[in-house]
Amino acid sequence: MLLSNLEIIPGRRITKHLGLVQGSSVRAKHVGRDMMASLKNLVGGELSGYTELLQESREEAISRMIAQASATGANAVINIRLSTSSIAQGAAELLAYGTAVIVEE
Amino acid sequence: MHDSQAISGLLQLIFFIALLGLGFGIGRYQEKRHYKSIRKREKSLSALPAIAAKVVDPYSFANTAETHLVMGNVVISVDYFKRFVAGLRNLVGGRVRSYETLIDRARREAVLRMKEEARRLGANLVFNVKFETSSISKGRKQTIGSVEVLAYGTAFVPKKPGR
Repeated sequence: MLLSNLEIIPGRRITKHLGLVQGSSVRAKHVGRDMMASLKNLVGGELSGYTELLQESREEAISRMIAQASATGANAVINIRLSTSSIAQGAAELLAYGTAVIVEE
Repeated sequence: MHDSQAISGLLQLIFFIALLGLGFGIGRYQEKRHYKSIRKREKSLSALPAIAAKVVDPYSFANTAETHLVMGNVVISVDYFKRFVAGLRNLVGGRVRSYETLIDRARREAVLRMKEEARRLGANLVFNVKFETSSISKGRKQTIGSVEVLAYGTAFVPKKPGR
């Protein structure tokens, strides 16, 4: 599966558009990580636990998007956008969406 | 009764000043170290430009073998002292320097991580870079506790010579 956030795949011709595909993942914070984070809040700096957590859930969202795209028979997703929204206190939704297309091999 | 109240008030004040001092000392040291590492890595990655342009001429990239979606993210938090200073700043308005450096560090770090991933894949260019910023935890009175910055783009990997 080719992924790109451009409107084309360079060097390939798009033969068919299959429409919008999306994948999302909602994650809540871990209590242990939350405690460490609140300590880290005093001195500042990177909260690596959260960085990893968000990275993992973003990958999950992208893999769900890929699953949806391959179900429609696509071999590439173009114009991918990633978006984050906090839907409740301590929980974040990570969304990935794009256009599923068939490109020439 | 009066005395014990005065003592607990004093203790609270001491605790508050200690937290401010801790935030100021360690926060400042960490920020300096972080900027130093950012500058060093930016120098070493300067041969791999990240471009925010969107329009691509498909024929000018005939040399490109493959493209990958690359991304880098970072969650970064402001220290206690800076949060306090920003709170004071809220009263009079104006530039909030302490948050400016926070966001600046986060953006540059996210771009660096994205570029590092692109370099691992052998890319020579990252195209159509987009940023996504969100504040993931709010402190008291809805002040910014920590922000997440994500940078993502399409990495172009050139064809290997001789093929």
